[in-house]
Amino acid sequence: MGYPHPSHPKETPVLSKHFGDEGARTFDGWVQRGGYAALRKALEMTPEAIVEEVKGSGLRGRGGAGFPTGLKWSFMPKGDGKPHYLVCNADESEPGTFKDREIMRWTPHQLIEGCAIAAYAIGAERCYVYIRGEFTEPLRVMQSAVAEAYARGALGADVFGSGKRIDVVIHRGAGAYICGEETAMMNSIEGRRGNPRIKPPFPAQAGLFAMPTTINNVETLASVPHILNRGGAWYKGLCLGNPKSTGTKLISVCGHVQRPGNYEITMGTSMTELLFDMCGGMKPGRTLKAVIPGGSSVPIMTAAETESCLLDYEGVVACGSMLGSAGMIVMDDSTDMVYQIWRLARFYAHESCAQCTQCREGTAWTTKILERILAGKGKPSDLDLLLSLSENMTGKTICVLSDSCAAPIVSGIQKFRPEFDAYLSGARQPALAMA
Amino acid sequence: MTERVTVTIDGAQVSVPKGTSIIEAAKQAGVLIPHYCYHPSLPSPAVCRMCLVEVEKAPKLMPACVTTVTDGQVVHVNSAPAKLAREGVLEFLLANHPLDCPICDQAGECELQDYTFQEGRAAGRHDDYPKRYNPVEDFGPDVLYVPNRCILCTRCVRFMDAVAEDGVLNVSERGDRATIGIFPDRELDHPWAGNVVDLCPVGSLISKDFLHKARAWDLDRTASVCPGCTQGCNISIDTRDNTVVRLRPRANLEVNRHFMCDEGRMHYRWMNRGDRLEAPLVLEGDEHHAVDWDTALRRLGQMVRGGAGTAVVLASGRASLESLGWLSRLLGRYQLTAAVQVPMGDEAPLAGVPGLALRAERAPNLQGARVLGYDAPWASALSAAGTASLVVLLDVSLTETEAAGLAGAGNVVVLGTVESGAWTRAGLVVPVTTMAEEHGTWMNRDGRVQRYQQAKAPPGMAQPAWWVAAGAMATVDPSADTPTSAAQAFAALGAHWPELAGLSYQDLGFSGRVAASAMAEAVR
Repeated sequence: MGYPHPSHPKETPVLSKHFGDEGARTFDGWVQRGGYAALRKALEMTPEAIVEEVKGSGLRGRGGAGFPTGLKWSFMPKGDGKPHYLVCNADESEPGTFKDREIMRWTPHQLIEGCAIAAYAIGAERCYVYIRGEFTEPLRVMQSAVAEAYARGALGADVFGSGKRIDVVIHRGAGAYICGEETAMMNSIEGRRGNPRIKPPFPAQAGLFAMPTTINNVETLASVPHILNRGGAWYKGLCLGNPKSTGTKLISVCGHVQRPGNYEITMGTSMTELLFDMCGGMKPGRTLKAVIPGGSSVPIMTAAETESCLLDYEGVVACGSMLGSAGMIVMDDSTDMVYQIWRLARFYAHESCAQCTQCREGTAWTTKILERILAGKGKPSDLDLLLSLSENMTGKTICVLSDSCAAPIVSGIQKFRPEFDAYLSGARQPALAMA
Repeated sequence: MTERVTVTIDGAQVSVPKGTSIIEAAKQAGVLIPHYCYHPSLPSPAVCRMCLVEVEKAPKLMPACVTTVTDGQVVHVNSAPAKLAREGVLEFLLANHPLDCPICDQAGECELQDYTFQEGRAAGRHDDYPKRYNPVEDFGPDVLYVPNRCILCTRCVRFMDAVAEDGVLNVSERGDRATIGIFPDRELDHPWAGNVVDLCPVGSLISKDFLHKARAWDLDRTASVCPGCTQGCNISIDTRDNTVVRLRPRANLEVNRHFMCDEGRMHYRWMNRGDRLEAPLVLEGDEHHAVDWDTALRRLGQMVRGGAGTAVVLASGRASLESLGWLSRLLGRYQLTAAVQVPMGDEAPLAGVPGLALRAERAPNLQGARVLGYDAPWASALSAAGTASLVVLLDVSLTETEAAGLAGAGNVVVLGTVESGAWTRAGLVVPVTTMAEEHGTWMNRDGRVQRYQQAKAPPGMAQPAWWVAAGAMATVDPSADTPTSAAQAFAALGAHWPELAGLSYQDLGFSGRVAASAMAEAVR
């Protein structure tokens, strides 16, 4: 169906098939649409067989890192006698990304079913769904769906009479971007300050409550029932580009396109097709200037770089950026790149957890320099200073928030330097008044 | 036997137990890796990122505090990428750090100052912005928090959480707005809270007691032992111009790790008393007259020789093994009743360090006194003193009633530091040094014999009590082999008390040794 637009013929609606379909939200409605067959099937399989099936599908983490999901599950220790945990990352705090929100809003049982299968596959009896604090509607929908799933035996002490226990607990975040980072999320669930942890130990060794834990993104888990229903081979076949990137991917497109929204594409679809066919291209009279393809944390791409870009993990990397969470921010020629980069830097400065020195001080300092440039008070040496600080902020901290702040600054200066120079030389009127 | 691995750190090969962190292995190799958040007695969060080092074959710089060594590992602490990373961290730390070193108590012993001097940038690039400002906060009885100087290393938070187990501190806010916070309606008043001041690598947590009292470079530091209780925490006595200005813990992993309690920390003013006894006094008629040491020692020798039967020694719990031992030898001809005074107080354990507590018995040498035979109950020793032929008071303070009880005693000799009511009847009063003014040893509750060193000059003619005892002995028996130094006084004790046999100042070093019998007792 699609939401808010009907599915485009070039889309491959698997996850988004029932977006906009209110009937799919209830347990019965979901069952009528083929739901919970995968969970029933999974309960008759061994956990190892499920892991193998998911490995065979080529499914990779949809939260941004793209780590093979089956492999991640296989890292969970076996027969260790400890409680295992599954955490569903529904924090979706990456700017420009809004796909998980729609999955939870329209097809909550798709996610619950995926959680239950994954929990069973990794030997967990409990799954925490960590929902972003700002997601009030998805929270409400998920809460009633979980209650319904318990009432109908899809969750609880004896899932569908199999004797297996699977609990789903919804944990609501309080609005910190960093809590979308998996180890910060575990701290947050434990009731601590949401600071990322050092790895090792990795979550599969000692994660939530120091027990073996797997963390998966909403979209990843929602894909699992389809893989079990239709087979890993079917999923692996959904591939137009690099064979290492398989299946469908929800792309959240926002910014200066005619039809912003979520688009579900087969991996390897070209970016041009997405932007100009599915999204209807730029607004009249405007041309494409830049795209941030994977949420705000990845390098900015110029219009030229997008032309040959295939939308899969390898394709975007080949064009100088990353697929990330596939929250695509599209900017046309009316965009002030310096201003946009400052907005991003300011976001990271606000959200830095304050643990690591480079991030705590670096994000704030770079923001101030960009502010000065925008206010027409920049110095000729400021760009070199920004690049030098960005270098000091990259690859040196516990998590990648600091790197994420540096990435758009570095790529922005490299790719759109004349715009910075225009502010520095006074050719461009100040866009900000400095406090 | 734990498995050992060999690593190369800046060209030096070291063999360390498996599981050692790079930062600790580097210490073995003689390389100090600059760090802020890491502390050997706290959990490591690896947040300051100062200890990033280059590890061959690792994709990026690794935090030395949480990266464990592996066999054959090659680490570069002073390679260009590692130095550049540290320079970057220092620049970021200084971006909001006030340059108020001239009025900061930490100046001179500040790790931010030191590392910036060593390898920071010659000039900052943050010149145009006003620095972050937050007002000074009063955290508790002795601790002020100066947020502007804070580098958010979180040592204080981790100490309170993981060691004191009284989590009153936190990191409040995020990003560059973050500061150390204290929970509402809570105070930093844990009995061991003062350690956060020592742990703070910069001048952010400072002691009210030490506030603006002295500059670090004007201090003389003396290795000593806390006189506060039977725990025997290792300390440093910091003096300025012969005045004790603060006590700080000195690391001893076997006794107090890196900590000391606030009561011990604050209990030093008595070392600076000005009303000290400065010359030996002999009683002539109703009045005491000052005499020289020769006269005083001869008088003491006469008193010892002239009496017979019972003698009683009432000694301070702070008296050294040397003093107690030689006094006991001086009185060898008597039937001796000896006791030490043990002030009692509340016990205050440090939860995160098993075996470490402020002990109820506020007498640092209680165990040593017992070993040397000073084991009579205080009350019975007092009553025995009432009829004894000779009573020796070693730096004790008696109540009026207690002092009155000595009326029936034969001779009363006082080895004292400050005036007390018991003097009136004393035939001889001689000035002795306090633990701050002499070299000596104590045995703590676990049988560990530990040295303390002389931190300041004694007032007037005051001498260690062992010197007085030995000097008097020489007048009684000129052929006796009497010591001329504290080291000799200590070494000679072993011949009379087997528990101390074979021990010397050299063996004890700066962290002490557990005496043999105490060890055997512990095993039993």
